[in-house]
Amino acid sequence: MKTVFIRDFRLFFRARGGPALPLVFYLAISLLIPVGIGPDIDTHSLVASGVLWSGALLASLISLQRLFADDMDDGTLERLLVSPLPLELYAAAKTAIHWLLTGLPLCLAAPLIGLMLNLSPDSGLAILVTLLVGTPAISAIGVFGAALTSGLGPGGLLSSVLVVPLCIPTLIFGSVAASHLSEGGAALVPLALLGAISLACLALNPIASAMVLRINLR
Amino acid sequence: MKPDSSIWRFANPARFMRATDRLVVVLWILAAMLVIPGLAWGLLLTPPDQVQGTAVKIMFVHVPSALVAINAWLMMLVASIIWMVRRHHVSALAARAAARAGMAMTAVAILTGAIWGKPTWGAWWVWDPRLTSFLILFVCYAGYLALCHASGNRERTADLAAYLCVAGSVFALLSRYSVVFWSQGLHQGASLSLDRETHIHNVYYLPLLVCMAGFVILFLAQLLEGTRTEIRKNQLSALLARSPGA
Repeated sequence: MKTVFIRDFRLFFRARGGPALPLVFYLAISLLIPVGIGPDIDTHSLVASGVLWSGALLASLISLQRLFADDMDDGTLERLLVSPLPLELYAAAKTAIHWLLTGLPLCLAAPLIGLMLNLSPDSGLAILVTLLVGTPAISAIGVFGAALTSGLGPGGLLSSVLVVPLCIPTLIFGSVAASHLSEGGAALVPLALLGAISLACLALNPIASAMVLRINLR
Repeated sequence: MKPDSSIWRFANPARFMRATDRLVVVLWILAAMLVIPGLAWGLLLTPPDQVQGTAVKIMFVHVPSALVAINAWLMMLVASIIWMVRRHHVSALAARAAARAGMAMTAVAILTGAIWGKPTWGAWWVWDPRLTSFLILFVCYAGYLALCHASGNRERTADLAAYLCVAGSVFALLSRYSVVFWSQGLHQGASLSLDRETHIHNVYYLPLLVCMAGFVILFLAQLLEGTRTEIRKNQLSALLARSPGA
């Protein structure tokens, strides 16, 4: 478990731009939308929290596309299947890595990008808190989607199409909690529900991902 | 339980084909006999509504298709679980056929809803909980079918699709209730239920019941026809694999 974790940690840093790539993608999305809707600052602050949340979701999903593919192609996964390490722990390690190196940087970047979108520092803090609570769910759901499509060869778009509808409850509670937090509404309920989704996804994801990985390895 | 009377008997595709050979024709005829008079009754012979005028008549397509759209997913879930637990081969194919029919019905419900919404709400589309959850349902069907068509290995695809269906059901249910949290509705609540005294007026209620029965039978016919097509496709690919020229 520890070895897999450390190995994946290193691989993630060395290959494909490491954790910087999702961040750049996040920045690119947050650049596209204001350019698309025009330079009106008031409109920006209206849509900012939605842009930050959906942008973080998309940036996490994009980075999932080849999560299992390399291990599948070079036979690492088949070795792991016959090794004493349960695939469940492998999936859990993958989720942890993905969150640490994609989810966490995205959370930390969100308030800074929020400043560009005319978001007040208070609202930026609200986004940071809700993203911290919600991104583990996105990582867990995304890892499941990546495991589901890992044996289907190149076709990275498919896993995103499968995962997006599954992320909708997370997005809803996240954005509602963010707007309540920054406007002083009752934020505890959506925040608690968001946390519940995250914890449930983190708990169930290793089992579900390991099941579909086994099917793909058959 | 006698083996004759159980669904496991029809796990054999050849037996399923023999048993449904006549049934599917009967279902198509029955569906036509209910849907065509039901729609004619609803669209031509009912009076216009006091508030909504003739726009209300789209109800006779909208409500039955929405009913089938949701229940097709339920059918898909049950069929997927039966496949996962007992490797019932026809069940896996039935899940796929149900997804196809359900996706079509979802599209019909969304489109007729938009046509109905324009004169009554003044907008083709509003981000109302019901409309949003139907859009989510449509995307879920689309993702499921995309996965079904993604790989060559039939058994593995059926397995993956079954797992996706179970996970998707959990999240679809969660979405159904979380969208209520997110937006207040414009869509009216359920106007029909079996255990209630007051209904919409009988003038509309009776043709609507005929249309709903017709759409359910229509779905069953589509389901059996779709399953039979999938079985034939499998037989064809098996034949092609066996023949030396291929």
